[in-house]
Amino acid sequence: MNTKVSLCGITLDNPVIPASGTFGYGYEFAELYDINRLGTFSFKGTTREPRFGNPPPRIAECTSGMINAVGLQNPGVEAVISRELPRLAQCFHKPVMANVSGFSVQDYAYTCQQLDAQPQVGWLEVNVSCPNVHGGGMSFGTQPEAAAEVTRAVKAVTKKPVIIKLSPNVTDIVSIAKACEDAGADGISLINTMLGMRIDLKRRKPVIANTMGGFSGPAIFPVAVRMVYQVSQAVSIPVVGMGGVQSAEDVLEMMLAGATAVEVGAANLVNPFASLDIVNELPAAMEKYGINDLNEIIGGAHNG
Amino acid sequence: MKQVIFEIISNEALTKDVYRMVLAGDTSAITAPGQFVEIALPGKFLRRPISVNDWGENSLTLIYKVVGHGTEQMALFPAGTRLDVLTGLGNGYNTTVSGDHPVLVGGGVGVPPLYGLCKALLAQGKHPAVVLGFNKAEEIFLAEEFRALGVQVHIATANGSVGTRGFVTDVLKALSYTYFYACGPLPMFKAMETVVSTAGQYSMEERMGCGFGACMGCSIQTKSGAKRVCKDGPVFPREEVFF
Repeated sequence: MNTKVSLCGITLDNPVIPASGTFGYGYEFAELYDINRLGTFSFKGTTREPRFGNPPPRIAECTSGMINAVGLQNPGVEAVISRELPRLAQCFHKPVMANVSGFSVQDYAYTCQQLDAQPQVGWLEVNVSCPNVHGGGMSFGTQPEAAAEVTRAVKAVTKKPVIIKLSPNVTDIVSIAKACEDAGADGISLINTMLGMRIDLKRRKPVIANTMGGFSGPAIFPVAVRMVYQVSQAVSIPVVGMGGVQSAEDVLEMMLAGATAVEVGAANLVNPFASLDIVNELPAAMEKYGINDLNEIIGGAHNG
Repeated sequence: MKQVIFEIISNEALTKDVYRMVLAGDTSAITAPGQFVEIALPGKFLRRPISVNDWGENSLTLIYKVVGHGTEQMALFPAGTRLDVLTGLGNGYNTTVSGDHPVLVGGGVGVPPLYGLCKALLAQGKHPAVVLGFNKAEEIFLAEEFRALGVQVHIATANGSVGTRGFVTDVLKALSYTYFYACGPLPMFKAMETVVSTAGQYSMEERMGCGFGACMGCSIQTKSGAKRVCKDGPVFPREEVFF
């Protein structure tokens, strides 16, 4: 039975990848289990400068999901390189996916260039889809031209595979994915969270201090499957699928939709062992559905 | 942190909306008073963080207030219900720095973790006093349990129905103590800042996502930078907290 897949030329022991923002810089989960069991993980969205993010409350409960409006809290790329990556090196011995966000094309290029130079980094995952910051993040991911401009700027200063992480909060995600591919992207990951909000009946005000936030969790899984299905048929670069994945069967479904690898997000916040559980359950799920090699099923549900 | 299946031994109302739940299960991950647990509830996505009132070998006591759908659900669980719980979360109170006569200050549903703290301080041979603040007589809970530990219990009620009329600060003004430990709402901490005369520790509250440091949902700004209430806290030294 083979669970290995190749993502932009780097082999993953399995396609399971904890998603950015749900796994910190990894080392805290290493206190719970051997994180080398994972395919890899995508570390906390990193920006050029340190950020505190949005005021609290930043979290709201939803039916089969949650809203977060953290707003890219992170120590900044310099501290990530000097402090977080050395700590990670002590417990994780695989290439890590570096998640990057920014507020200008120059920000993205600078931060990616810094992280591209780190031997621990295997891929750059460029987040042009954060719904929780103003004047950046998602504003680059809602227009094909802007997404392409970020892609080109990052590609020009980096050597490692560049995966562009897209927002579902658009009318035509396929055109944005194609624009990124044309601009040189090595892969596409999707979906980031969906813009949502809740209102507190007692206070008659939004639950989240920032009013709106990113909706994630199993409720968005069908939307993610649909978008992975659409995008993976339109581009010829690998697609990393995510959005509400919480079981090995969800991983198989994402791969049938066209994902080469699969990220696990909100599930990690409810069950800290969620990603490990999925890795452990994968062989049994493959056996149940008669799958001998995961590579056989990538895009297996596509037409023709 | 440990993920443990606990079984409810009892779950009873102490006041109109405050309940005491006693559970049986592995408590080995709990290392300090002031830590909390997170309970998975059927049909709810996020776990619910609840402070540890008291714990022993294989026994965990939680006291919680019904404030929303999740805690409403908890109040209905019969004995024998099994719950998926993450235990030993957060840092808890540092009991080594208290001096001989610390004062424990609790407001409303902030009172429960002070009970485990009180027992820990007594076990170290210290002489804690307790100040509890409630709105009115019908809302008072745990006062008898503290008295049974043999400590001095001062009560303040906003309507004056029991003890000092007013707030915990009205009691604190007249006390002498070597250190303070507080748990309660932020306005209570702000009021305390105008009367306390020693170093101390505040247990902060913020809406949480994961409860174990992964999501950054509960971050606050402190004088030593951004901190996660769930992982770096919930207890912070007085000198770190912005008011």
